[in-house]
Amino acid sequence: MIGVLALQGGFIEHINALRKLGVPSFEIRQKADLINKDIKGLIFPGGESTVIGKLLCELELFDPLDRLIKSGIPVFGTCAGLILLAKKIVNDDSVYFEAIDIAAKRNAFGRQLGSFHTTGDFADLKNVEMTFIRAPYIEQAASDVKVLSKINEHIVAAMQRNVLVTAFHPELTNDLRVHEFFIKNL
Amino acid sequence: MNRYELNKNLAQMLKGGVIMDVTTPEQAKIAEEAGACAVMALERIPADIRAAGGVSRMSDPKMIREIQNAVSIPVMAKVRIGHFVEAQILQAIEIDYIDESEVLSPADDKFHIDKTKFDVPFVCGAKDLGEALRRIAEGASMIRTKGEPGTGDIVQAVRHMRMINRQMRELQNMREDELFHAAKELEVPYDLVKFVHQNGKLPVVNFAAGGVATPADAALMMQLGAEGVFVGSGIFKSGNPARRAQAIVKAVTNYNDAKLIAELSEGLGEAMVGINEQEIELLMAERGK
Repeated sequence: MIGVLALQGGFIEHINALRKLGVPSFEIRQKADLINKDIKGLIFPGGESTVIGKLLCELELFDPLDRLIKSGIPVFGTCAGLILLAKKIVNDDSVYFEAIDIAAKRNAFGRQLGSFHTTGDFADLKNVEMTFIRAPYIEQAASDVKVLSKINEHIVAAMQRNVLVTAFHPELTNDLRVHEFFIKNL
Repeated sequence: MNRYELNKNLAQMLKGGVIMDVTTPEQAKIAEEAGACAVMALERIPADIRAAGGVSRMSDPKMIREIQNAVSIPVMAKVRIGHFVEAQILQAIEIDYIDESEVLSPADDKFHIDKTKFDVPFVCGAKDLGEALRRIAEGASMIRTKGEPGTGDIVQAVRHMRMINRQMRELQNMREDELFHAAKELEVPYDLVKFVHQNGKLPVVNFAAGGVATPADAALMMQLGAEGVFVGSGIFKSGNPARRAQAIVKAVTNYNDAKLIAELSEGLGEAMVGINEQEIELLMAERGK
């Protein structure tokens, strides 16, 4: 089962994408949701990173999830999820899981008028549908971080060890290949 | 993909969250730290608009800009119903969402803004399915109930949410050949009626708004099917805004956990003083249908 963090934001879209791929999932809203589950992977959805980050701490979910990430199970973060997994956030002293050695820039393409949709290459995949909503990008990545996708010279998808992040929302499109990529690496 | 799709997508990312009314950058920061997924920048909160009377308009763009600079979460602002120039101004300062709102004095007693002409997204209020689908046809990419603003009374928001959901269930249960007549009765385009018939939901995100004052109010609206909650006067008109705001945010995330909501409801200090709908002279929800 894949646990989808369901504190705020676009979590149902991820659950629907997983369902289309025939992958069972469950919502994580509080500590009790993690008990007696065979957790094969985690998804951190889009939403507002400040909200999700705060709720993670207040609902005491941060430590158990941090342990799961460190145990090496596959983790996938989109948009706000990327921010939560980044080792550093540009112009912000706060950090969350520090699970991937990147510096993420919030709202890097501007406000809602800067939101856009495009297609681009992701790893070996061509013309992947990408929806960016008030999206971040990766300003810096350590040398052992694998860059999977770039749009206008900006890194928008990357992977290091068990952690995959995208600045865009594959779950908002009908293109399931990024989720498939994540599942294959389970 | 067009802007409308991207604008609906932003509303999807707000789901499960609380959007809070703020009047200053300081309040915006308190709201962000308390876990607001967006803030609504306005000069006076609805309770004060109601108390002051007179004409209420779009806020000073300078004040909105200061709030935009103070927080990283999306910033929304209100325009008067039908006032498309106020909307042009908000688009020019790159607002993240425009609320074409009955809380302000209407600028047009017949026509709403043609929201399809704008690149920035709009949220609009609705008391029933007809209003909701008319606003969507005009280009709204998010809907909210029209609970009576500034009263701290949840009854109207409950009525609107139940009404919209009941009418959607009715459409779902109709034969396909009955949908044309339903579109006529609802005074809305047929394709939107058909969408609801097939999907059992609105084509855009639907939030609760108006009269939410406690964590229990917020959870009530979520259990009734709201996808998130706007809180206006309920926070900064209460005894301890930061604490109440945090409690409402948590109640929205775990809206089915009564034990947690009980804990959240403890010792919050004074809720805003409510006004019953029978006690008010001006029903803002009657503005713009």
